[in-house]
Amino acid sequence: MDRKTVKKVARLARLELNDTQEERLVEQLGNIIGFVETLSEVDTNNVEPLASVVDNELRLREDKVVDGGQQDAVLKNAPETAEGYFVISKVVE
Amino acid sequence: MTDLTQLTLSEALKKLKSKDIKASELTDAHLTKMESNKDLNAFITETHDIAQEQAQKADERYANGTAKALDGIPLGIKDLFCTKDIRTTAASKMLENFVPPYESTVTQNLLNDGAVFTGKLNLDEFAMGSSNTTSYFGNVINPWKRNTGDDAQLVPGGSSGGSAAAVASGMVMAATGTDTGGSIRQPASFCGIVGIKPTYGRCSRFGIVAFSSSLDQAGAFARTTEDAALLLQSMAGFDPKDSTSVDKPVPDFTKNLTGSLKGLKVGIPKEYRVEGMPLEIENLWEKGKEWLEEEGAEVIDVSLPHTKYALPTYYIIAPAEASSNLARYDGVRYGLRMPGQDITETYEKTRAEGFGDEVMRRIMIGTYVLSAGYYDAYYIQAQKVRRLIRDDFMKAYEKCDVLLTPTAPSAAFAIGENEDDPIKMYLNDVFTVPASLAGLPGMSVPAGLDTKGLPLGLQILGKPWDEETVLKVGNSIERAAGLSHMPVTLDGKREAA
Repeated sequence: MDRKTVKKVARLARLELNDTQEERLVEQLGNIIGFVETLSEVDTNNVEPLASVVDNELRLREDKVVDGGQQDAVLKNAPETAEGYFVISKVVE
Repeated sequence: MTDLTQLTLSEALKKLKSKDIKASELTDAHLTKMESNKDLNAFITETHDIAQEQAQKADERYANGTAKALDGIPLGIKDLFCTKDIRTTAASKMLENFVPPYESTVTQNLLNDGAVFTGKLNLDEFAMGSSNTTSYFGNVINPWKRNTGDDAQLVPGGSSGGSAAAVASGMVMAATGTDTGGSIRQPASFCGIVGIKPTYGRCSRFGIVAFSSSLDQAGAFARTTEDAALLLQSMAGFDPKDSTSVDKPVPDFTKNLTGSLKGLKVGIPKEYRVEGMPLEIENLWEKGKEWLEEEGAEVIDVSLPHTKYALPTYYIIAPAEASSNLARYDGVRYGLRMPGQDITETYEKTRAEGFGDEVMRRIMIGTYVLSAGYYDAYYIQAQKVRRLIRDDFMKAYEKCDVLLTPTAPSAAFAIGENEDDPIKMYLNDVFTVPASLAGLPGMSVPAGLDTKGLPLGLQILGKPWDEETVLKVGNSIERAAGLSHMPVTLDGKREAA
């Protein structure tokens, strides 16, 4: 684990880090990754990955609105709205 | 007059039905208790007015004969469950001002049964932690103190630390929690109360702020196994709004609670005898075995060979799912926003400001193990080992009905301890994480006190969907331990029973 990797991962995760945080994370992530690396010693040939402990088939329902028309509720917690939309900073020049 | 906050939930229900007490008195007594225990910092948001209104309605229903299963019972709700029109923070600055426009299914079930909500309980930020010291709203203090004369403030465990502290101190009769890797069972053990995490899929996750979706499961805290059964009864059930909710009938959890253990086989997994475990925990475990044998159970040794890989597996899967789940906090639709020069900078500043250190750390681990080039080596490998861990349990359950283990490798520790090293903190969950990965029901029951006078729990793990046997074995331990029990501080004084 090095500074460059931490910077790259932070960018992927959209987290702004200061120098102190970066330094600390180089060490901590290094330790944690070292800790989880013990898994590589387990023989998992012919083992299927287990993504979920319930083997539910995804249930389908009728394609009908059940809980629509909630614009006010949906927008209620937004930091900024206008005309029934979420507002963000300009993304197109 | 009896202190109403010392009643068990089931006693309170009887007294309410027989009209010995009124729901409004019961709620007021608990609200007063909340005032006198404010220093524990168990609540993030208190809802006195709502509680009093709900209690009044409960009294009306008792008066006109339409009372429901939990009518008038004061409960605390972990602040990870969305509650309509009541702020829900996940103990994060990110959601400091978030007021959900909808109700989680579990809390709706409780409301439908007449429960009274006195407030939203503190937790580790986004349920990430084992000591309730990562909350944006401050540490929760364990109501228990060491009897050694030192005045150290102890952690209540985590992540559901507020829930455990509130129940143990008598501020609420019972509380909801969530358990991803031990977040119900470990704090229950640290606070000397009962905590049950049912089978994954038993309770709906709809409206619970997501941490690790394949592991998160709601459960119940109470002071007795019977009370825990009553609360879980109301919380559980199929919900079409959660695709991982399983459509199975919910049995009557209190029906066979006190039955005999004759013919029951209890497995002792040898891999749970970890190095460095205090002798008194080992001794308590032995005592637990003897108690169950005296009740007619047969105790056998079993092996769960992949146990030592459970924590590493968990610390890949849980952060991976967390990094994905927490991607939604972008400062656009709800939650904190810190404006930047452009949208990317807004995301980065918002997330840096809104998340605490532990949450950022886990997002970083998760993003790393899911990133190109590492996905197979870490994430897929962890999912494969997860299957081996689950298979271990299933093989053990061919020979036994339940497993008995300690809940945690230590009693409650002081605030500040274990904080220098994240991995040391993670080791707290060494006995609880394997069953989480396997989706099994598990419960911690207070079984004794250590030499410093602090509670220690024993953990009972069951087969999938067999909470009934887990509760029955737990009830048996509860009776044998005879911690009479009302731990702590139920009279407001900080002294052990």
